[in-house]
Amino acid sequence: MDSDSTIPILHVSQLNKTVAGMDAGADALTILHDIDLVIQSGETVAILGPSGSGKSTLLGLLAGLDTPSRGKVELDGVDLFAFGEDGRARLRAEKIGFVFQSFQLLPALTALENVMLPLEIAGHDDARVTAERVLQRVGLEHRLQHHPAQLSGGEQQRVAIARAFAPQPRLLFADEPTGNLDTRTGQRIIDLLFELNEERGTTLVLVTHDTNLAQRCDRTLQLDDGRLVQ
Amino acid sequence: MGAYSLKPTLLLALRMLRRDWKAGELKVLSAAVVVAVTCFTAVTFFTDRIGQALRFQASELIAADLRVSSDHPIRPALLEQARQRALRTAQTQTFRSMVRAGGRNQLAEIKAVSEHYPLRGSVRVSAKAFAADSAATGIPAPGTVWVEPRLLNALALSPGDTVNVGASTLRISKIITYEPDRSGEMFSIAPRLMLNLADLPATQLVQEGSRIHYHLLLAGPPKAVRGFRQAVAKQLQRGERLEGVQDARREVRVALDRAQQFLGLAALVSLVLSCVAIAMSARRYSERHLNTCALMRCVGAQQDQITLIYVAQMLTLGVFASVLGCALGYVAQAGLVKILAGLLVVALPAPSVLPLVSGMVIGLVSLLGFAIPPVLRLREVPTLRVLRRDLGALPPLAWSSYLFGLCALALVLLWLAGDLKLGLIMLGGLAGTALLLVVISALLVRGLQLLPAHGAIAWRFGIANILRRKRHSVIQVLAFGVGIMVLLLLTLVRSDLLAMWHDSLPKDASNRFVINIQPQQVEPVKQFFTARGLSALQLYPMVRGRLQSHNGQTVQPEAQDGERAQRLAAREFNLSWAGELQKDNKIVAGHWWGAQASGVAQFSVEEGLAKTLGLKLGDQVTFNVAGQALTGEITSLRSVQWDTFKANFFVLTPPGVLDHYPASYITSFYLAPNQVQLLDQLVRRFPNLTVIDISAIMNHVRLIIERVTLAVEYVFLFTLLAGLMVLYAAIQATQDERTRENAILRALGAGKRRLLQSLMTEFAALGALAGLLAALVSTLLSYVLARYVMDLEYMFNPWVWVIGLLAGALGVGLAGTLGSRRVLVKPPLQVLREN
Repeated sequence: MDSDSTIPILHVSQLNKTVAGMDAGADALTILHDIDLVIQSGETVAILGPSGSGKSTLLGLLAGLDTPSRGKVELDGVDLFAFGEDGRARLRAEKIGFVFQSFQLLPALTALENVMLPLEIAGHDDARVTAERVLQRVGLEHRLQHHPAQLSGGEQQRVAIARAFAPQPRLLFADEPTGNLDTRTGQRIIDLLFELNEERGTTLVLVTHDTNLAQRCDRTLQLDDGRLVQ
Repeated sequence: MGAYSLKPTLLLALRMLRRDWKAGELKVLSAAVVVAVTCFTAVTFFTDRIGQALRFQASELIAADLRVSSDHPIRPALLEQARQRALRTAQTQTFRSMVRAGGRNQLAEIKAVSEHYPLRGSVRVSAKAFAADSAATGIPAPGTVWVEPRLLNALALSPGDTVNVGASTLRISKIITYEPDRSGEMFSIAPRLMLNLADLPATQLVQEGSRIHYHLLLAGPPKAVRGFRQAVAKQLQRGERLEGVQDARREVRVALDRAQQFLGLAALVSLVLSCVAIAMSARRYSERHLNTCALMRCVGAQQDQITLIYVAQMLTLGVFASVLGCALGYVAQAGLVKILAGLLVVALPAPSVLPLVSGMVIGLVSLLGFAIPPVLRLREVPTLRVLRRDLGALPPLAWSSYLFGLCALALVLLWLAGDLKLGLIMLGGLAGTALLLVVISALLVRGLQLLPAHGAIAWRFGIANILRRKRHSVIQVLAFGVGIMVLLLLTLVRSDLLAMWHDSLPKDASNRFVINIQPQQVEPVKQFFTARGLSALQLYPMVRGRLQSHNGQTVQPEAQDGERAQRLAAREFNLSWAGELQKDNKIVAGHWWGAQASGVAQFSVEEGLAKTLGLKLGDQVTFNVAGQALTGEITSLRSVQWDTFKANFFVLTPPGVLDHYPASYITSFYLAPNQVQLLDQLVRRFPNLTVIDISAIMNHVRLIIERVTLAVEYVFLFTLLAGLMVLYAAIQATQDERTRENAILRALGAGKRRLLQSLMTEFAALGALAGLLAALVSTLLSYVLARYVMDLEYMFNPWVWVIGLLAGALGVGLAGTLGSRRVLVKPPLQVLREN
């Protein structure tokens, strides 16, 4: 599905997220305040902010994993929240990939099976071939049948990256992708992420509190106490 | 953008199922289904085979289309009516008597048959023991007999040898392997000897007072049979009974239904426990798949797709587990048949496919009812969980989610009961028992709060863990409790009850009865015994009579209340006379007659019989004795200690009242094992006497009891297995939580040993509580069984409590600790990282 290049891949307007206080009678807590944001196709954008600034909440909303209290997110010109849960899931299947800080690999599945999963859910016939190819690309062709527990942290994250890129998403979200890795491994993972991103022309939205990492992106957005300060 | 496609999703479901299977996630779940289905199909296979045997061999059960049974010779009028309707007829006479050969005696079920027997079905015979059999043509030729192999064994005979039957010597020509109308009798006490009716008079076994069953067999076109039945039904005399195919089946049916209900109940308990295990492990399965589902949702899976994936997985698993369960059930029923084989006279046909169908239904229903509810909730998992693990623990399932499963179980029970009213009673009983057990378990668990809160840290932690997971703890106590209870019931309580029964029998109880002694033989028999050192042998006269009227009203058997009363009112029973009250008799109402009462018609009635037939002190009753009426007042009621095995009588008169009626005499005595050759001499000298070996009969009864309990135990083995499933499922259910907690405790510096001790404390305490529950319920049950069912003096057995408690604490403590030791094996860092 080709998109009009003039339409931004992500268009966020007046996005708010408020949650009820934990205790009865406590005030409602606003996590995100009036976020406005436009990300163009092919851009790499870092969202930078300290712990508790609302980064993960924003990421969850951008990917349609959660619903906002107010505001709008357009993915490729389509209003995400005009759809129900299942509609958003279908959109994700087609357009979005994820890389998480804690890898989120399924322990019962092998590396290959983990990468095949999104392809299988989307009903791809060639899930295995595609998954093998991407795993080869991330340098894990000798680890196909290993389970996550048998892989190092760096290898696990490479499997996660392969899984994210396998369905050829237009937009990739990465949530602190190096948070659980040592510096050297982290560096290699980031290199791989950017390489693949460039190869495939994916739009990358990277959430981190690492300024060095943020600097590698085209653009950096600073999130502070639920507000974007650019 | 379209909906997901079905085929790839189903393929994905199967692949995921295979992965989960390999990862061992589904072991308990599938094992529980297998146990439920195996146990259920084993029982249904078995009962189905017996049911089939009865259906297909229905006419064979009476070897005719219609049968007249009588306690007196068949009246010529009946034969004449049969002839008028052009019905084919045959006659049989059956009774028990001793047969002798080569110095040995054996009680046999004698059956004298006329030409054309059997009218339906055929007797199968073989020329040698264990040789191939074939349908017999005709009946034993005059001078020959056919016998069951058992008789050959008992008398050490082979075909061709001769055997003494009463005053005749007959040659064994064939071995009976199947006798159609014997299938109606489930359990036979003595082996069969079949002879030609023409040979019977010469044996001199048919004498006054001999208890003989006469049968007139009839067969012919249904219309003629119906006509005969309608005409004769109105003319039936006392002691005569019409038996159609349906009537013959009813008695066997009742016995079988009872067996089926008993075995079915054991199967049901296993099924219920298995369902608990299924529900627990499915819940854990769904909890462990929260992340998978969140991730699948994150990468685009739709809610219906998730539901489809998991339901397809469960159904596939259900089909595989049920098929395996059915196969194992088939094997297991063979075991059941083997255990009961010696007792069944019925030849069992091959099983039908119906139990397979019901097995599959049970497997799928238990899975749908108890595994699907937790799995269905997986579609609700918040996708955001991929970013925030603290989100999305699903709220506990309401009991109502299992409504379908519970209703399905109730339906299964009603089906097993085979009768709505009985089923509802059983359902109520089961639900009440379950509720009571839950309440007791909950009280026991709560009772732990009363324990001192100080002491070793391992102890405090262990107890605190039980109290913290109350719901789980109650389920565990309940499940282990039922398991231990089954063990206690089948070992200690069973042997207790047998011991109580054994203790209730007097040590000097008679072990032999001799019946059919003719008046002229009284003195010679007495002399025979005196000459051999068995003096003071008392011979009691017996006159057969039937209760004809009560306080001037004719006694109608069919108007009596209850099966026993109807039977007693219809049949003849033995009257006797005595001047002095026997030692084992006690007057409970009225007075025993003195010497002056001699010749005055009055009766002393056994209190049980009086109660059954509604006879009271002072009532006027008339007995029909040999066609004459004998009327008198009931002047006393007696209690009789039956278990002395002395000759005793329902109705006594003073001496002189029954003198001119035909009587035979009976005696009982204790015979030491080294004196048995004496019996051979006795029977040789008085061939018409029948010696009944009570100890042999008691042994046979004991054998039946043992086999039947063994069969029930066999089925209860599955209950035990199901209990283990629950144990394992319960251990697994809390495993993830425990692993996390222990990792934190270890990170905080708690030693592995201390944590192990706390685990041991926890499971040992749970086991002890389960043991207490089991001991309590077993004690109650054995009290009820002893006092109200078996009418025995109850003896408290403290070992039930000691063993219950110890078995519980040690067994569950060990199994639980072993089962959950893995929570201590993983390095804490790895655990904490993963979470």
